[in-house]
Amino acid sequence: MFSCYLVLDSSSAKSDLAYENRERGFTMVKMCSLALFPPLSYGQITLCESNNELLSGTSSDEALKQDFIPPSLHFPRESLKLHSRPESSSKAAFLDHSETLWMRSAAAWRDGGLSGLLNEITTSHSEAPKWLSVTSGCILAVLRWVSSFHGSLFPHVTLSSEDMITEFSQVLNWPDCVVRAFSWHPHTDKFAVALLDDSIKIYNPKSAITPTLKHRLQRNVAAVQWKPLCASALAVACQNCLLVWHVDPCSLSTRPSSSCAQVLSHPGHSPVTSIAWSPSGSLLLSASPMDMSMMVWDVAAESCVPLHRVGGGGVTFLSWSPDGSHVLSSTPSPLFRVWETRTWTCERWPCIKGRCQSGCWSPDGSRLLFSVQGETVIYALTFTGTPGAPASGFRGPEAAVVVADLSETTFNTPDGDVTVGGEVQSLAWDPRGERLAVLFKGDPQAANKPAIVAVFKTRANPVFELLPCGFVQGEPGAEPRLMQFHPNFRHGALLTLCWSTGRITHVPFYFLSTSGSFVGLGGSPSLPRLQEKPADFSHQSLFTELIS
Amino acid sequence: MTSSCTLLWQTHPFLKQTAAVWSSCLSVQVICWRAAASIAWSVLLLPPTTAVFVLLSKFSLLQPIQTISECLSLISASSIFSFILLGGVIVMVGFLILEYYTVIPTIACSKIALLSQLLHPRQFINSIGHCLMGVIVGWCCAVTIGHRYKMLGRPCKISDGYSQMCLNEHHLIFLLAGAFVGFSHSLLGVIHNINYISFQIVQQHKYLRFKGSLPLVLKCSATQAFYSVRNYIVVYFFLGYIPKTWVCKTLNLQLEGSVHPLDSIAVLLDLSLLYHLWISATFLLFTWYITLLLFRIFVTEVYTFPVQSTFTEDSHQSLPKVLTDKQPMILKFLALQDLALLSQHSPSRRSEVFSLSQPGGHPHNWNAISGECLSLLAALTQRLAAYHETVATNGRAKSLSSGSERITSEPSSTEDPMSPRPVFLMKTPNIAFARSVGGSSQSPLTIPFTPDLDSPFASPALRRLIAPVEQCSPWHGTVQSPHIMRRAPKLWSTSTDLQVNGSPPPSPATVPGPKQEISKPSFLAQFLQNRKEQVKHFLAKRVLIMYLFNKLPEASSQALFADSQAHIWALEGLSYLVQASFTEDQFGVVQTTLPSILSSMLLLQEAVDRHFKLPHASSKPVRSTSSMEDSTYKTLRFALRATLKTAIYRITTTFGDHLNAVEMSAEHRKRLQQFLQYKE
Repeated sequence: MFSCYLVLDSSSAKSDLAYENRERGFTMVKMCSLALFPPLSYGQITLCESNNELLSGTSSDEALKQDFIPPSLHFPRESLKLHSRPESSSKAAFLDHSETLWMRSAAAWRDGGLSGLLNEITTSHSEAPKWLSVTSGCILAVLRWVSSFHGSLFPHVTLSSEDMITEFSQVLNWPDCVVRAFSWHPHTDKFAVALLDDSIKIYNPKSAITPTLKHRLQRNVAAVQWKPLCASALAVACQNCLLVWHVDPCSLSTRPSSSCAQVLSHPGHSPVTSIAWSPSGSLLLSASPMDMSMMVWDVAAESCVPLHRVGGGGVTFLSWSPDGSHVLSSTPSPLFRVWETRTWTCERWPCIKGRCQSGCWSPDGSRLLFSVQGETVIYALTFTGTPGAPASGFRGPEAAVVVADLSETTFNTPDGDVTVGGEVQSLAWDPRGERLAVLFKGDPQAANKPAIVAVFKTRANPVFELLPCGFVQGEPGAEPRLMQFHPNFRHGALLTLCWSTGRITHVPFYFLSTSGSFVGLGGSPSLPRLQEKPADFSHQSLFTELIS
Repeated sequence: MTSSCTLLWQTHPFLKQTAAVWSSCLSVQVICWRAAASIAWSVLLLPPTTAVFVLLSKFSLLQPIQTISECLSLISASSIFSFILLGGVIVMVGFLILEYYTVIPTIACSKIALLSQLLHPRQFINSIGHCLMGVIVGWCCAVTIGHRYKMLGRPCKISDGYSQMCLNEHHLIFLLAGAFVGFSHSLLGVIHNINYISFQIVQQHKYLRFKGSLPLVLKCSATQAFYSVRNYIVVYFFLGYIPKTWVCKTLNLQLEGSVHPLDSIAVLLDLSLLYHLWISATFLLFTWYITLLLFRIFVTEVYTFPVQSTFTEDSHQSLPKVLTDKQPMILKFLALQDLALLSQHSPSRRSEVFSLSQPGGHPHNWNAISGECLSLLAALTQRLAAYHETVATNGRAKSLSSGSERITSEPSSTEDPMSPRPVFLMKTPNIAFARSVGGSSQSPLTIPFTPDLDSPFASPALRRLIAPVEQCSPWHGTVQSPHIMRRAPKLWSTSTDLQVNGSPPPSPATVPGPKQEISKPSFLAQFLQNRKEQVKHFLAKRVLIMYLFNKLPEASSQALFADSQAHIWALEGLSYLVQASFTEDQFGVVQTTLPSILSSMLLLQEAVDRHFKLPHASSKPVRSTSSMEDSTYKTLRFALRATLKTAIYRITTTFGDHLNAVEMSAEHRKRLQQFLQYKE
């Protein structure tokens, strides 16, 4: 197993850049990437990118209506019927206390396990023999002390499962979102939307039927993802389990029965916050912040192989590289891992400041961009060599490189100053590797620090470059919550955004691809070993890598 | 490791022969070395396991220091001897596993078939072996724990004052417990197919896999030990006096009158005795399971076969050669696994597959690999079609027997598979079909049919006559024992083999020959047929018989797909290679086979779809989590269905509209269009 260490001291990385910049006469303030962005046009809605600039208008109807753009959807919050969930704390009120202690103990053992049993015995000290209640009280105290110790090591384990999903989800402000998860089908134009009322709707522009998926176990959906190389399978990460729906695309039914869903669960593996299908469609990964092992599922056989690694206290986010050779898995602690998928060994990458919040892969799987909680930069890791070759040919990177500085920048707009930037909630890279969307957390308390999506132009060949493109804005008062690129948009890239108002809009970026055809058949092409070198700012390029 | 390997060569008769004939045999090189390594590791793991066992068995809460000193005092000649015995037991267990392991599970389709598996001589030897080793481990445990368990005989005084040797029942109970646990372990092994070895979906390193499954092994052995000891106590309570008196008689020992006999309730509830029995049983099962686990891990590890051998003497080791070889099965599986992995992960080895032979310029590698994969798929398609046919035939046989005479002779495709028919008539397909189908020599495109029943010279009368003989006999499974079956090549039997073995020759008395049959349908035969039906109806009403002969639901489906891991790899390997050929195949070798690959996949898809419409085929088995049983084989059919779909999609997404230029039948083109539009 490799053990590489990340040079994550951002100050040192910055000072390197600053040193270079001083030679050129820049100051550190000018280094801020967002300052080079075209200014915000407040009150306008971003419609599309054409001829290298973002066009905006005052209403979404002005958009160039083209039939290959799916229509936008709107889910008003009022239209969703929210069911009241049974509170677990109210259970005691319904329990029949006329039962004997032993019956209640058996029920407590069944429902709550060992701690439930001990709790029951301790609380009913009037009935139980004294020595028994005292003993169980002592054991309970010891257990609580141990678990609090565990909790002080990994503070996240004390969170409730909803709070945990909120904390680790890629969606901004998850509990308040009308649209909680979104997924494009990897090959067709259909998509699945998970809503606040725990239902999932599947929209297909080619058919009038929108199947609605509901299941008893489908609660608190954190993520959905379609299986690649399959027309029907949709994996859903729920609070207690993993569901795989098989929605027949030819079926006329609008409410597929729950027998169409496979339930995959493993003791201790809940809540599931992230899932990832392998690009070849054969395996499914799932992660839970409560479980130190990452599960590899063979969905058809409903069997799983836990990949256990000590350290980190759980797995929060998974991302499979498009060529299938690597998997990023982040943990609640300042540590993330990059797995190679042939023998499933991993490299540990400790961070300094916080946990890895989000990450995305370049289409050829050679470059990983990620953001760290508490820092306002985007890092890159470059993997060289062909992963298919024997282990000696495969070389991981030695250090992460800062590719973008996203510190807060203030823009003057007619409505006042607006501050943009800060911590990153999620990253998305379009399937051609030409546009990179960054969702900023913003500050919900401050009015002039909205959550916003910034889009960068990226280029992988001949050198890796990052250029500003612009900010994507929605209706006034709407905040972006979730974003995803369409997996095979023919005219460039199509960014789908889900807003806090319950609206789903699509922003097309029209451009001609420089790289030509898609990469993604089998192994990744071998790249020359690249070395980072600071940017040339003459052409507003934020980051450029040069071959030394 | 070297010593154990030479030991292996001496003791294993099969190996000795092979080694003599063919010294560079690959199975010796690969499998036996792996088995030897796994046994060596399990022997190496024995000291820590024993240390933990000693600690736990001697542990007393009140005197921790005394526990340690007692443990240390154990290092003596006798304990070292018992330790060497334990090592010998582990080696023997390892040999039994090596002898009995299988990559294709034998699935009993009814209770009677299971019973026959349990009573098969080969299995009987296995059980006896485990029983004996259980006794040895029981003795070692008794000696290690010491105290009252130490010796079989002990001096005692009988009423008239003589000093004599009496039987120490505490020692005996340990020996018998070992025998019981060993025996039940081997029986449960048959029921749960514990000898079946499945391959992992992810290729982890051996150490990580071992570490990952260790808690499961511990849990399994503890729970199974608990249940075994519970059952043992019950059995000993009722039948314990038999071995006791027998031992006393043969060894000339006395039964002690003053001490309570152990088959009384009061003594059997002795907690310390129960604890010691349980911990010993756990120890026994744990060491055996560890051996099994290590064997599984070592044997299923990926083996990299060279695609092209540089030297001619190594040519039998190359991937295309091993793939087409029939024996042993494990090597074929390893080769298929390697093919699936190389097609997915290594461009350099793929380029070897696509390369042309140096003088001549023929794509020999690709032809051999794709040919073998296609014949595997065709064999499965045929097997499924034949099974479907039988289900339909059985339905018709029912209608015949119930009165309506000579209705139809051709299998009607409209027959509803869901129609109620007596389960009694359904055949146990695991053996008959595995045998009767196949033939690598046959072209993959031949239309599937049941050869023995639907051959042109067989008249309807003959078919009616043979069908019940062959298909209704539940003893069919017993005659051709599953173990013989395992040795015989299932999928690659030649067509002559099929004629001989596929249908048991009808007895001369009833069926003189096909030719005469055609001329006059014998009255005698019809009379016998009617009597048989009557007997069957009579028997079908008896509960016990029904219980024994009732077909287990979905067992026939499991049996049909028992070796589908091979098909899954073949599908994966083919589809990944075809996908890679889009960019990597310089000479266009794949293009020539693309039509046949597509059509055989579509044919299989059709057959699988048809099979899943049968009752019980799509019902999910119950999962057992806390057992060493590997239940992968129960869900192989689902995995095959998913892999098949993914494989076709992989080809259609890669080639897209180019597939319209590929020659194929109109029906297949229509089907493929569905895939191209993502509507499957």
